Amino acid sequence: MRVNVDLALCEDHGQCAIAAPAVFRINDVGKLEYDAAPADSELANVEEAADVCPVQAILIEG
Amino acid sequence: MSASQNVAVVGGSLAGLRAAEQLRAAGHSGPITVYGNEPHLPYNRPPLSKEVLADPDRRTAEAMFDRLVFRRRSSVDDVVFHLGQAVVACDLAAGTLTLADGGTASFDGLVVASGLRPRRLRVDGPKRGAHVLRSIEDCVALRRSLSDESRVVVIGAGFIGCETAATLTSLGHHVVVIEPTGPPMNRVIGSALAGAIQQHHEAHGIHFVIGPGVRGYTGSERVDGVLLDDGATIGADVVVEAVGSVCNTEWLAGNTGLDLSDGVLTDNDLAVVGAERVVAVGDVARFPNPLFDGVPRRVEHWSMPTDTAKRAARTLACQLTGQAPEPAPFAPIPSFWSDQFDLRLQSFGSPALADEVTVEEGDLSDLTAGVLTKHTRGGELVGSIALNLAPARQRTLRDAFVSLVPTS
Repeated sequence: MRVNVDLALCEDHGQCAIAAPAVFRINDVGKLEYDAAPADSELANVEEAADVCPVQAILIEG
Repeated sequence: MSASQNVAVVGGSLAGLRAAEQLRAAGHSGPITVYGNEPHLPYNRPPLSKEVLADPDRRTAEAMFDRLVFRRRSSVDDVVFHLGQAVVACDLAAGTLTLADGGTASFDGLVVASGLRPRRLRVDGPKRGAHVLRSIEDCVALRRSLSDESRVVVIGAGFIGCETAATLTSLGHHVVVIEPTGPPMNRVIGSALAGAIQQHHEAHGIHFVIGPGVRGYTGSERVDGVLLDDGATIGADVVVEAVGSVCNTEWLAGNTGLDLSDGVLTDNDLAVVGAERVVAVGDVARFPNPLFDGVPRRVEHWSMPTDTAKRAARTLACQLTGQAPEPAPFAPIPSFWSDQFDLRLQSFGSPALADEVTVEEGDLSDLTAGVLTKHTRGGELVGSIALNLAPARQRTLRDAFVSLVPTS
């Protein structure tokens, strides 16, 4: 699975880090960091993160 | 079995889309048809009062839709989206829908995802120049009505009203907000925080008129002012009515046994009370949430369609296949956000239920620097609101409610 976040859209709402904490993290300066190639076992959490992103910036590929 | 049973989803917005996706995730392999009365595939509404309202490059419906359309999971590639026509009636016993053009469709299972529409003010005077803001077409019409430095009166200081007022002020318009019940958003966030936000917004140029109600609109062919019930008139080039919502449930009328007094009453599994093989999703669903109490409520948060669709789809899939429903109670933790000027408000829980609000961090006289409020009822935590707090803090704020989720 590949995860791509459109950082031009991302507004650091942080909902993805609640839904899939193993993949998305808000760092100490409030910016998103994420694992672009998470294990397939994270799929359900990543789908949840994509669903709850207020600006719909998360794209799941493959 | 499931493969031959067809599901109708009435409502083509976020709730309808998530319902279709979650029906597939729950194993329903039969046909799904989504009926939407708007001409567009499901799109994201919150930016309509913020970024999209302000975007100089997106003035047409097409340009707005391109920016707002939801990505759809490949699992719903075979779902039929029947758009641009309202469902006007439904016979649950017969399993049929009637469309606005008189056509009919049958279903084995039904998802009620018909949502809300803006409430309109019923006052004397011209209607031209008075807008609402919920759809792409609403946003296009509002933008077309604005010229440079328009005088805008926003009626209603709830979240939509405040966001719209902040955006229009930032664009250089002269904005007055009228709210009879108290400072902005006070019903949800409490009067102390509401008063602080009012001051913040006044410093950014919004003028608030708190107290009097609206008696009518002045003008001959189009609105040129708003007449208040204290006798004052506020001149206006454009009016935005942001006075709450009406549930789209008329199409269900005539089916005995349903409670349509406020949305559609469901049980905790989102199964519509008084019907079989019918579930409700999104802000039209009035369901009991055991997180705080068992009182059925509708929740008009953006997160609610996604939360409720998951559970409702499993419930319907179980009903269609004769399986037992999921045993664990459905207890979603409500959350919402709102962006207004340089403030981001993030709420967890249900702060509107509170009888006491305390400031845990920060200073209400300087909201930009960050404020955290705790909302309690009878001493128990029911909500928290973070203004401009670091996003990394959110997980902890939300987790405070996880222990309240009942497991059985």
